[in-house]
Amino acid sequence: MTDALIFDAVRTPRGRGRQSTGALAALSPVELMAGLLRGLAGRHGLDTACVDDVILGCVEPVMDQSADIARTALLAAGWDQGVAGLQINRFCASGLEAVALAAAKVAAGQAGLVVGGGVEMMSRIPMGSSGFPPLTDPDIAIPNRMIPQGVSADLLASLSGIDRHAADAYAVESQRRAAHAWAQGYFARSILPVRDRNGLLLLDRDEVIRADADMAALAGLEPSFAGISTMAGFDAVALLRYPQLAGLTHIHHAGNSSAIVDGAAAVLVGDATTGKSLGLTPRARIRACVSLGSEPTVMLTGPAPACARALARAGLSWTDIDLWELNEAFAAVILHFLAETGVDPHRMNVNGGAIAMGHPLGATGAMILGTLLDELERTDGHLGVATLCAASGMGIAMVIERI
Amino acid sequence: MSSKSAIRTETGNDGIAILWWDSPGERANVMNEAALDDFHTAMTGLLADDAVTGIIVTAAKADFLSGADLKMLTRLFDADAASIQAGVRRMTDLLRAMDKAGKGIVAAINGHALGGGLELALACHHRIVADDPRLQLGLPEVKLGLIPGFGGTQRLGRLIGALAAARLIGEGRSLSPADALAQKLVHQVVPAADLLTAARAWLADPGRTSRQPWDAKGWRLPGGPVQSAGGVQLFSGTAATVTRTTLGHYPAPAAALSSLYHGLQLPFERGQQVETTAFVAQVKGAVAPAMVKTLFFAMNDANAGRARPPGPAPAAIRHVGIVGAGLMGAGIGYAAARAGLTVTLLDRDAASTQAGKDYSARLVEKDVARGRLSPEKAEVLLARIRTSLDYQDFAPCDVVVEAVFEDRALKQSVLARLEAVVRPDCLIASNTSTLPIGGLAAGMARPGRFLGLHFFSPVEKMPLVEIISGAETTEAALAAGFDAVRALRKTPVAVRDGRGFFTTRVFASYMMEGLALLAEGVAPALLDNAGRQAGMPMGPLRLADMVNIDLAVKIDDQTRADLGDAHIDHPGMAVARRMVALGRLGEKTRAGFYDHAGRDAVLWAGLGGEFPPAARQPGIAAVIERLMHIQAVEYLRCRAEGIVTRGEDADIASILGWGYPPFTGGLASHVTGQGEALVRSRCDALADLHGERYRPPAQRSTI
Repeated sequence: MTDALIFDAVRTPRGRGRQSTGALAALSPVELMAGLLRGLAGRHGLDTACVDDVILGCVEPVMDQSADIARTALLAAGWDQGVAGLQINRFCASGLEAVALAAAKVAAGQAGLVVGGGVEMMSRIPMGSSGFPPLTDPDIAIPNRMIPQGVSADLLASLSGIDRHAADAYAVESQRRAAHAWAQGYFARSILPVRDRNGLLLLDRDEVIRADADMAALAGLEPSFAGISTMAGFDAVALLRYPQLAGLTHIHHAGNSSAIVDGAAAVLVGDATTGKSLGLTPRARIRACVSLGSEPTVMLTGPAPACARALARAGLSWTDIDLWELNEAFAAVILHFLAETGVDPHRMNVNGGAIAMGHPLGATGAMILGTLLDELERTDGHLGVATLCAASGMGIAMVIERI
Repeated sequence: MSSKSAIRTETGNDGIAILWWDSPGERANVMNEAALDDFHTAMTGLLADDAVTGIIVTAAKADFLSGADLKMLTRLFDADAASIQAGVRRMTDLLRAMDKAGKGIVAAINGHALGGGLELALACHHRIVADDPRLQLGLPEVKLGLIPGFGGTQRLGRLIGALAAARLIGEGRSLSPADALAQKLVHQVVPAADLLTAARAWLADPGRTSRQPWDAKGWRLPGGPVQSAGGVQLFSGTAATVTRTTLGHYPAPAAALSSLYHGLQLPFERGQQVETTAFVAQVKGAVAPAMVKTLFFAMNDANAGRARPPGPAPAAIRHVGIVGAGLMGAGIGYAAARAGLTVTLLDRDAASTQAGKDYSARLVEKDVARGRLSPEKAEVLLARIRTSLDYQDFAPCDVVVEAVFEDRALKQSVLARLEAVVRPDCLIASNTSTLPIGGLAAGMARPGRFLGLHFFSPVEKMPLVEIISGAETTEAALAAGFDAVRALRKTPVAVRDGRGFFTTRVFASYMMEGLALLAEGVAPALLDNAGRQAGMPMGPLRLADMVNIDLAVKIDDQTRADLGDAHIDHPGMAVARRMVALGRLGEKTRAGFYDHAGRDAVLWAGLGGEFPPAARQPGIAAVIERLMHIQAVEYLRCRAEGIVTRGEDADIASILGWGYPPFTGGLASHVTGQGEALVRSRCDALADLHGERYRPPAQRSTI
C-alpha cells in the first residue's frame, strides 16, 4: 500500500458563531471555504489541476452549505474545473473522516493528491437545521433511547463520577492553554487569516477565547440541559439504558462545553511521488485511521475504543504516543477518556481545544489534526493521535507519525 | 341480531338530510361491523344523491357515539392483518369522501363523542356540541392499547397541530365541550335543544365552507411543520415524554406519535396510510388484546358481580355499620355515603368518631370547591353518615364492617359485640389485610354470616375489594358480600381464606424480594429502577417506605407467633428489622430506604454502609426476573391452595390491588402469556439459586 502523507494543514481562525457579533458572519460558507482553498494553493504555488479531489466534512449540509459545498467552494476558489468535490457527514468526526477518506484514496493508489477538510458556519446554518430524525422520529428515538447530546454529556459525567468542579477546572485550563498558545504563536503555521474580497482583514485570531475565565466566573453559569431534560423526560430515558443510576447530575453549561463558531480547515494529503513532482515536502505519515460505533444514548464514548483499534492497526501502544488531540465537545468527554485510558493529561490538548476556541462541527476534525502536527513539530515529538466523538454514538481516531 | 339498520336518514324539501345513528334495540349506540356497514351504505347514498345539499350527522341516543364496540375489537384481534387493513380502509375511504364531499356536512354532537365517534365528527366540516359539561370528547384508544384508526391522528393533528394532538391522543384524555371549543376541536357549543337548529343555520350560511381546512389552498399545519426547529423540539421532547410514561411497555402512544410525525409530512391520503399501518400493528400486537381482555371484559364482569354465587336472592344493602373510624373505617364510610347508603360510624370515643366523619367532610369540601359536587348534595351526603358510641345503633344495619387495628384479640372482641346486636341476616365483615378469617371467626356464634372485606387505602380512590370467605362462610353470605361491595360501587374479587389472602401475599412477596436483593448486595438504585422498568408503580424499596417498614416486621411477628417452628425466615426480613432498629420506618418517619424530607424522595446516603453493594452487579434483566417471578410463583401457590380459583380474579386483583403492570393483562395472564411451563422452569432454577420460596407448587391446576 502507498503511504498517505500530509503535506500541509491550514485553517481559518474561528469566528463567533452568531450573526450579530461574529467576525466571519458576513461571509457565506462557500466564500469562507474558497478563501482557505485559495490560501492553501497560494502558499505552495499549487497547480490545482494536479489535485484529484476535495473532500469536505459538513454536518448541516442545507441551504448555503448544501449541494456539495466541496465542489461549489473549489469552483468559487478558482481551482481547476477538473477537480472533483465531495461533501461528507459523520457529524463531529466529519473533518477528520474527510482526511481519512483522502488518505484511503491515496493509499489505495486511486488518487495522488487530495484535500481533506471541512467547513461549518454555525452562525448562518445553526445546529439542527437539516433535521435530526434519530431524535425526532419516534420509531427511532423511542426504541433506541435517544437523547440530546448535551444530556448525553451529563449522563457520561454521572456515570463516570465527574462533578461540576472537575469539569469547570478542565474548562479553565483549556482557556489558559489556548491563550498561552496564541500568545506564544504556536498556531502561526496553520492559521490563514480571513480577509474580505477587498483584501481587508476580517479575523486573524480565534474569536471566542476567554483568557480571563476562572472558576468563579464559571460557577455563575446555569447548567444548560437540566431544565429541558427533566421537563421532557430525557433523564428518565437515560435511566432506562443505565438503571444503575438513581438520577442524572447536570454539570455542563456554556463554559465547559464547546463553543459555537464559524470556521474551515483543509489538509493536503498525497503520495510521495506526486508530492515530489510538485515540490511538496511531506510533514507526516498517516499510520492508521479507524471509525466505529458506540452506545448511542451516552453517545460520546467512541474515542477510547477507536484509539485502541487504531493503535492496534498501527502496531503501536498507548505509551508510544507523544501527543493527543481529543475534541473538547464537553469537558466530561475529556475527563472520561483520561480516566478510562490512563493517558497523561499533560500530553492531551496541550494548546487548548474547542471549549476555548470553538467547534465548527464539520471542520474541527481537520483542525485538531493540524494543531497536533504543528505541536509535534514544535516539541520534536514523533507520534500523535487525533480523535473525536460523534453524534448517534460514533468515534474516530487517526494516528500520525512526523516525518 | 336485528336486521333493522343502525342508521336512519331523512331528507327534507330543503335538501338537508339528517343522519341519525340509532342502534336498534340498544340503550346506547353501538359501533360494530353491522352498524358501520349501515353507516357506510347510508352515507354513501347521501353523498351520491344530488338532491341532498347538506348533511347533519347526529345520534338518536343519549350518547353520540362512545367508540368501537369492544366485541368487534376482540374479533379484530383474531383477524389477519390484510383483512383488518381492508376493513379499516373501507371506512377511512368513506370518511375521506366526506372530507371532500363538496356539500356541507355538520356533526350535531348530542352526547359523548369518543374514539370512532369523535373521528366520525372530525370528518365533518363543522362540529356543534351540546352545552353539557358532563359530555366528553376525546380519542381514548391508548387506554385499550390502540391508536385511533379512522383518521383520528391525521385529522386531529391537522386541526390543532402535532403537539396538542400528541397530548390528547397520547394520554387518551377527554375534553368537556368548553375545553374542546377552546382547543378548537369543535366550532360551536349550543344548548342541547338548539343543536339541530344551529346545524341547519350553519348549512344555510352562504359564507360557510364545505371544505376541510387541510384541503384548502395555502393551508399550513398549525404549530409549524414537522421538519422545522420547532418540530425538532416538539418531537424529540414528546418522544422522551412518551418513553418516560410508558417505559417502553405500552407501544400505542409511541405509535400515535409516529403516525403524527410521518403522517403530517405527507398528503392526507398517505398520512392515512401511515396511521392505518400503525393501527394494524397495534391490533396485531400483544398489549392491546391483553388490556382489552382484562381491563374491559374481566373488569366489567367483576363489576357486574358475575362471580357471585347465583343461588341466593340479592341482599338489600342500604345501611352500613362501621366500627373503627380511622383511615380505613372513615374511607369506607365516605365511599358508602357517596354511593347513597346510610352509614353508622362508631369508635371508642366521640372525638375519634367525629374525626372519622370529618374525613368525609374534607373530601366533600374538596369536591364542592372543584365544582364536582353541589353544596346541597354535599350536605345530603354528609347527613347519611351518623356517628355513634352505642353498638345498639347497628341493629338496623344490613352489613357491618369492623375496621379496627390489625390485632386479633381486639378484632375478635369487636366481632362478638357486633354479633350480639345485629339482625341474624346481617352480614358481618372484617376489614383486614392479613389476619386469616378462620382465626377471627373462632368463637363467633354465626361464623356462616362472617367474611373478610379487604379494602385498599385510600378507600375513596381504590376500587378493589377482596372478599375473603372463611371455611364456615355460607354461600348466602358470600353472595351478600358481592352485593355489599357492588352497593359500595367497588370492584369485588372473591378469594379463599389464607394468610395474606391473595393481594397482600403476592404484593408482600414483591416487596420482600426487593429487601432480599438488597441484602444480597444489589445496588438500591438498580433495584428500584428494575421494579419500575418491569412496570410496577414503584420499586420495592420505595414501596416498603410507603407501606412503612415496621408493618412488615409486625406481620412477620404475628405469623411467627401463629406458626411457631413452621415459620420460615425470609431473607429480606433481616433488612426490615435493621431499618426498624435504625428508626427508619419509612414515610411516616420521613426516613426509610429513602429520605422523604424534600419534595422528591432521595435514596438514603447511608444505605450503602448498612447494606454494602456487591462489587459485581447483576444486569437489570436478572433483577426484573427475580422481582416478577417471585410474584408469579406466589400466584401459582395461591392457585394450588385454592386461594384464587379464576385467572380473571388474579388479573383484576393484581392490577387494582397492587398495581401489577396493566400491559400484561394482569398476573395470571402474564404467566399464561409467557407460557406457564416456562415460568415454572425458571422458578425452579431460581429456587435452586436463591431458595425454596421460588419453588413452584407441584399441583398444576386447570384454570
